[in-house]
Amino acid sequence: MRITDIIKELDLKVISGNSSITNEVTGGYVSDLLSDVIGNAREGNIWITVQTHQNVVAVASLKDLAAVIIVKGLQPDSDTIEKSNIENIPVLSTETDTFNIAGRLYELLNKK
Amino acid sequence: MQIRHKIAGGDFTRAGNVASAVKKVLQQINIDHKQSKRIVIALYEGEVNVVAHAYSGVVDIDIDSEKIKITIADKGPGISDIEKAMQEGYSTATPQVREMGFGAGMGLSNMKRNSDFMNITSIPGEGTTVELINFIKPDAN
Ligand SMILES: Nc1ncnc2c1ncn2[C@@H]1O[C@H](COP(=O)(O)OP(=O)(O)OP(=O)(O)O)[C@@H](O)[C@H]1O
Ligand SMILES: [Mg+2]
Repeated sequence: MRITDIIKELDLKVISGNSSITNEVTGGYVSDLLSDVIGNAREGNIWITVQTHQNVVAVASLKDLAAVIIVKGLQPDSDTIEKSNIENIPVLSTETDTFNIAGRLYELLNKK
Repeated sequence: MQIRHKIAGGDFTRAGNVASAVKKVLQQINIDHKQSKRIVIALYEGEVNVVAHAYSGVVDIDIDSEKIKITIADKGPGISDIEKAMQEGYSTATPQVREMGFGAGMGLSNMKRNSDFMNITSIPGEGTTVELINFIKPDAN
């Protein structure tokens, strides 16, 4: 499934990094600990987090993640937005919380 | 090829800049993607450790036809028990640093996993030096 389909289905807002939103998604990863994401997220995953600072984009880019979803309507820092446009990492946003968005993403990615 | 970068302790707005600069260089000179990705991940964790735990650091990157060698030397509190620091989950990160999502105590093990060789030397009260080597496979590219 492509990021664009997920954006539509989960009603996500695209904040930045638009250039890569047609990329393919391999799965999801949920964590607010950056080293945990570095150790365990897989290439092409969508990462769901409450973190909003620029290291989120740095980690997503190092791990070749598909996109980041920031939950609870939290606003990414301005340097996060800037970096995501440079690194081509889509930063997406939802008003809902981690539990609900992860549940909906799981359902969507595992639907036959 | 030799490159040198500096790291400022405590400055999380610039943490990761050295790793992303090195990533671009390795892409330009066509180093095997898998090996360069691993070493850049290890470098990122090492860079963040200097920012989170030390006062200042210098990164030396040395690339030849066989390997990428990275040395991260910092001035800082040092590590008195390296074996303990290597254990997953062990962290002395401050509450402010943890709030940003650092301090899982997984950085050093990520560095170990993403390098072919890693060596840490440290003098408590003076600083820490981490050496990382990834070998470039001759059949890559
Ligand atoms: N450069 C350093 N100078 C001083 N102490 C360090 C340094 N690097 C690591 N340490 C010590 O080793 C511990 C473990 O490091 P490690 O990178 O594994 O975890 P962390 O930095 O605490 O958290 P994480 O990397 O998961 O965000 C640190 O909490 C710190 O006490
Ligand atoms: Mg660390």
